[in-house]
Amino acid sequence: MNRLYSFFSFLFLLSAFLLFDVSNLSAQDFGGISGNFQLDAQTYNADSLIGAQAVREKIRSNGFLNLTYSKDNFSAGLRYEMYMKEILGFDSRWGGENGQGAVTYRYAKYANEDYQLTVGNFYEQFGNGLIFRSYEERGLGLDNALDGVKMKLMPAKGLQITGLVGKQRTFFTVGPGIVRGGDIDIGLNDFSSNFFNSLFPTNLQVRMGASLLSKYQANDDPSFNLPENVLAWSARMSINAGEFSFNGEYAHKCADPSAANNLTFNEGKALYLAAAYSTRGLGVNLSMKSLDNMDFRSDRSAQLTNLTLNYLPAITKQYLYRMLTLYPYATQNNGEIGVQADVFYTIEKGSDLGGKYGTTISFNYSRVHGLDTTHLPFTHISGQDTITNNDLFYTSDFLKFGKRKYFEDIGVEISKQWTKHFKTNIGYMNQYFNKSVVQTPGYGLVKMNVFVSEFTYSFGSNQALRLELQHLGAKHVDVDDAGNELTDSTGAAKKPELDGNNGNWAYGLLEYTLAPTWFFSIFDEYNYGNDDPNHRLHYLSGNIIWVKDALRISLGYGRVRGGILCVGGVCRPVPASNGFSITVSSTF
Amino acid sequence: MKRILPLLIMALAVVSFKPADETKKPLFPAANIKNLKGEMINTTALENGGKPILLTFWATWCKPCVQELSAWNNSYEDWKTETGVKIIAVSVDDARTTSKVAPFINGKRWDFEVYTDENGEFKRAMNVNTMPHSFLIDKDGKIVWMHNSYAPGDEEKLYEIIKQVAAGKEVTH
Repeated sequence: MNRLYSFFSFLFLLSAFLLFDVSNLSAQDFGGISGNFQLDAQTYNADSLIGAQAVREKIRSNGFLNLTYSKDNFSAGLRYEMYMKEILGFDSRWGGENGQGAVTYRYAKYANEDYQLTVGNFYEQFGNGLIFRSYEERGLGLDNALDGVKMKLMPAKGLQITGLVGKQRTFFTVGPGIVRGGDIDIGLNDFSSNFFNSLFPTNLQVRMGASLLSKYQANDDPSFNLPENVLAWSARMSINAGEFSFNGEYAHKCADPSAANNLTFNEGKALYLAAAYSTRGLGVNLSMKSLDNMDFRSDRSAQLTNLTLNYLPAITKQYLYRMLTLYPYATQNNGEIGVQADVFYTIEKGSDLGGKYGTTISFNYSRVHGLDTTHLPFTHISGQDTITNNDLFYTSDFLKFGKRKYFEDIGVEISKQWTKHFKTNIGYMNQYFNKSVVQTPGYGLVKMNVFVSEFTYSFGSNQALRLELQHLGAKHVDVDDAGNELTDSTGAAKKPELDGNNGNWAYGLLEYTLAPTWFFSIFDEYNYGNDDPNHRLHYLSGNIIWVKDALRISLGYGRVRGGILCVGGVCRPVPASNGFSITVSSTF
Repeated sequence: MKRILPLLIMALAVVSFKPADETKKPLFPAANIKNLKGEMINTTALENGGKPILLTFWATWCKPCVQELSAWNNSYEDWKTETGVKIIAVSVDDARTTSKVAPFINGKRWDFEVYTDENGEFKRAMNVNTMPHSFLIDKDGKIVWMHNSYAPGDEEKLYEIIKQVAAGKEVTH
């Protein structure tokens, strides 16, 4: 049924495009059809040393095609997706038992200066996303688009009202919950300019907003009286005054017992505050976030990244240095409090320290703790057990750092262009990663010192060599249930008993580029500090990339270590693999 | 079938009854983005007085994007003087990093026109897959050049193309 439906959707939209505007099929004109395409395919060889598995299909591939038709105020689009079968690391429900492909996204939209109407699939975000964000990260297999109707009204300058209703996508179908929401956003300067500007200086700009989101899901659980309608609301404000800016939002969620929060009836709360100061050459950003029981999904039984309604990215800095992708922090939706500070400073061109091209220094500090939580003992319904340490009944001090540290990072990076042809980027990060909390209980802590460096030398008019060298020094420490570090009989830090003590790593990459078309790179990761001498392995791989305008073809071969791939604020595990990979992507 | 019908009827209604307004054709498809003061801007309002626009999608955490923008920034003064080109840098940083965009570009001393596209609405409308992805748009809103990825030296070739477009010549790759 689903397939048939998808097939007809595809056929109808395609014929609609063709019927309405055959003459305007130019790819480079917005009065026509445009789109993009990507295919990722990979072969898998068994490699027992690194834990890489072979697959029965030999080759696996993910692919998608987006087509958008637009003419004047009207647009429509669709996306075909296929997982034949899904690349390892993606949820196995993408490919199902035997692989699948279908039109998973189609919409029609009308927009003018006063309103916008979208019917079909759409994405949307209210405020900072604390109670609602529907979005896609194709590379992570994440897509919680709504299927329904969305309307935006702009009745006056500076005022925007959004209303929506729909069901959320999950794999090739939609989830059981119905989602209803509304948002209002007011720019006070535009909206009531005369009144407002008479009160405040002209360079002060204030925006306010508020959102409501409600989900409905029938309760078919015979033993619990679960709420069928759950409401969440949020209020926000942003102020911009020349070099200073402030952005704050508070969100509240009514009782929403779910699998993800262990069925607690506690209400959820979230607070996000960010303040920035920036002037030419100097930028400072300070932010804090506190969350208590804010996992929010349109299906109370959903897990992982499935059917999430809100967006709670980690407040820590996201690094893309290879060595720092081993232990990335992930938000603990059920409770955490964190702060972050960023400083970007550029020493002026032509000064002694800045050199001819200037020198940029960036500094980051972040720290996340658990909330200060008191678990309330309760007696099990059988009357036999009194459970004292549970997630069901607790109180927490929302704005107080708890004793348990989840993550800490101090990082400095300096990038400098020395001559027209040579530039460097070096960095040092010191991190504390509570693996027991963020990944799996029993793995203890990882304390890291990481050095990264990058040297780029360009020559001729279009050639360059880039060398990256990185080192991760890691110490693994076991902890007790309360999070205290343990020592062994000699007084030295005790190693966690569970396997996974990979210790130190070294990394090197060499890339040669011939702009604008060719990239050749080879890189090696060497886990020389692994506790197990048999696992002190090299992970060597190479890539060739060919780019022509917006067509990109990449071919790789090698051994890839298991790790976590993050884009924006979400991550997915990538299992170790050994084989060929090819990616083709294009925009037209 | 039943679910697709309303969509089609709407499509028909809109396409049939809205005559094209050729006189004020926007250069970009419609999407809501924000400027660094947090004000909402419709992308149909972006323009450069008949001169070319170099549009790029980037993020604070995307290293090749930052390399590309740094390289452009080194030559931007000359490019502007010679060709009148305007660089519009649209950040796709999401709620995790949007608040860093203004301090980041000021800290870098960049002079581009910067917007944020927090939930990827403009990025989707422009069919951008991976970053950096850049477009060169002529006075009529036609995409005369597109490029996905950055390698040092790309800017030399790009500037040749910008000069051709600014002079109203046919672009030769």
